Amino acid sequence: MHKDLDAMNNLSEEDRVRLEQTGMMLSAVNRCGSYFQTDQDVVQSECTYEGIEMLPTEIALKKYEWLSDYYWNLVDKDKDEYTRYVAGQKISGYTIIARKGSKNIFPLETCLFMQKDEIQTVHNIVIAEEGAELHLISGCASSHAVRKGAHYGVTEFYVGKDALISTTMIHTWGEHVDVYPRSAAVVGEGGTFLSNYVSMKPVAHIQMYPVARLTGATSVARFNSVVLAPEGSHLDLGQRAVLEAKGSTAELISRVITRGGEVIARSHIIGAEEETRGHIECKGLILDGGSIHAVPEIEGRLSNTELSHEAAVGKIARDEIEYLMARGLDEEVATATIIRGFLDVRIQGLPETLQRQIDAAIDAAEDGF
Amino acid sequence: MLKVENLHVEVGGKEVLHNVNLAIGEGETHVLMGPNGSGKTTLLRSIMGFGNYEITEGRILFKGHDVTDVPLHERARYGMGLMFQRPPTISGLKLGKLLTAMSGVHPEKIYEYAESMKMADFLERDINANFSGGEIKRSEVLQLMVQQPDFVMLDEPESGVDLENIALIGNAIARLVEKDRHIVKRQKSGLIITHTGYILDYLEADAGHMLCDGEIRCKGNAREILKVIQERGYKECIECTKI
Repeated sequence: MHKDLDAMNNLSEEDRVRLEQTGMMLSAVNRCGSYFQTDQDVVQSECTYEGIEMLPTEIALKKYEWLSDYYWNLVDKDKDEYTRYVAGQKISGYTIIARKGSKNIFPLETCLFMQKDEIQTVHNIVIAEEGAELHLISGCASSHAVRKGAHYGVTEFYVGKDALISTTMIHTWGEHVDVYPRSAAVVGEGGTFLSNYVSMKPVAHIQMYPVARLTGATSVARFNSVVLAPEGSHLDLGQRAVLEAKGSTAELISRVITRGGEVIARSHIIGAEEETRGHIECKGLILDGGSIHAVPEIEGRLSNTELSHEAAVGKIARDEIEYLMARGLDEEVATATIIRGFLDVRIQGLPETLQRQIDAAIDAAEDGF
Repeated sequence: MLKVENLHVEVGGKEVLHNVNLAIGEGETHVLMGPNGSGKTTLLRSIMGFGNYEITEGRILFKGHDVTDVPLHERARYGMGLMFQRPPTISGLKLGKLLTAMSGVHPEKIYEYAESMKMADFLERDINANFSGGEIKRSEVLQLMVQQPDFVMLDEPESGVDLENIALIGNAIARLVEKDRHIVKRQKSGLIITHTGYILDYLEADAGHMLCDGEIRCKGNAREILKVIQERGYKECIECTKI
């Protein structure tokens, strides 16, 4: 494990701000552990919390032979050119193992920061054993100095019996950075997987479609995405839940705003087992040009599954703006107030500290509304 | 407080109000009556300054100033307030957050007002989302309590409200127009649209106006006008050209 924090301490003020916008606490206050990776270098990997182990994936694979069964298991190495590229690189990224029954009150933070390199790759493995509760906040950012670059990230989540993983990812990439996360989760009996994604800053391209397979009875998956697409951004964002076990449920919620950017918001729930339920909610606002293409898909494979979706794309209703203006708010403030409300997603099961972090990331972008 | 002179208003290219004249003094509360589609809501929304209501002739004076071309939010800041009949639902915007955003009222005072309107449990809920008829009216009155307008317009405050709520709302509206103060000390004014007149059980109106086909046909004692409507319907009013 590296403990060389010089690289973090030598960050420019602009880069510190960018990292803080991703929810990173460089002081590690209110965190039970931190993993910092700058380009391909692990700067810090430390967790002081009993029952939770965090270490670079390269080291974890050497330390635990059994971990190889979890490596390239949920994500196919040959899925596409990006996974193949990651597979061909020196192993980087983090592995987190929350032992049986452990629970972190303060989240673990992981930071993937692009400072110089043109391409950053990571391969993360996150395991919550039976009854464990693991909260994770991941900040992904590029230095203001990075003019062009790409981030390819593979993450495999394993949620054990009656376990919970919440992962909150906040992106602050640059406007010339391409981002291709490849994530998948498997959720065991009574387990819960919460995936929250916030991107409020300019980025060239993001393409991702995380998949959660609910293989345990009464397991739950919730995906929440809050996205702002400024001009020049091309975002192809998806989320899929496969209800493979009796009584499993999923909820996929996305709030998308474009200010000139192009967004495809995909959601897909497959009801493949008895007594399963799933709901998709996709709402988009087009504020200042750009486009939003909502693709909600619900796929029932037997009769005893209840799947539904609602999708709406358009502008802010004039009567809503005037309602607030009648209370004395000028048009600009009324519009911003409605947008902030639109983006306000309360996430069930998420600790208050993480909810506040998400709120802060959205609040920080208010000037961009 | 308010003077409307020769007001002509078009909505969607069609004239809805024709030569409306109305004067409401400081401390006075007037009632506006008329059949469905006569233009009552249009008049209130035109006075408030909503975008779809084009004033083609005439003017609106508020506290002595011509506000005919003043934007909606500035009229609100000058002291106009409106209780909506069917307010929109705003997804994600909490009632408490709006109340804080629209005023300098201390949060404790907001909570006190909310409790008085039985709305404390609604402060963290999205505005008007799944509110019942009575809850919508209580929310509207609460917003006006926080806004503290000098001139309040109420669009059918009793519609869709059960008997228990109507007392709560009626008494709160009476306080908004300072009916609890001595008559000579009242400074706040109101204009209330009512079909049933139930609101008059909680406050006395200083005058009533009958609006038919976009024109004010008569002005007089509110209870007397209401009695005529109850006994004879709107037929005579529609045919009447008294004013």
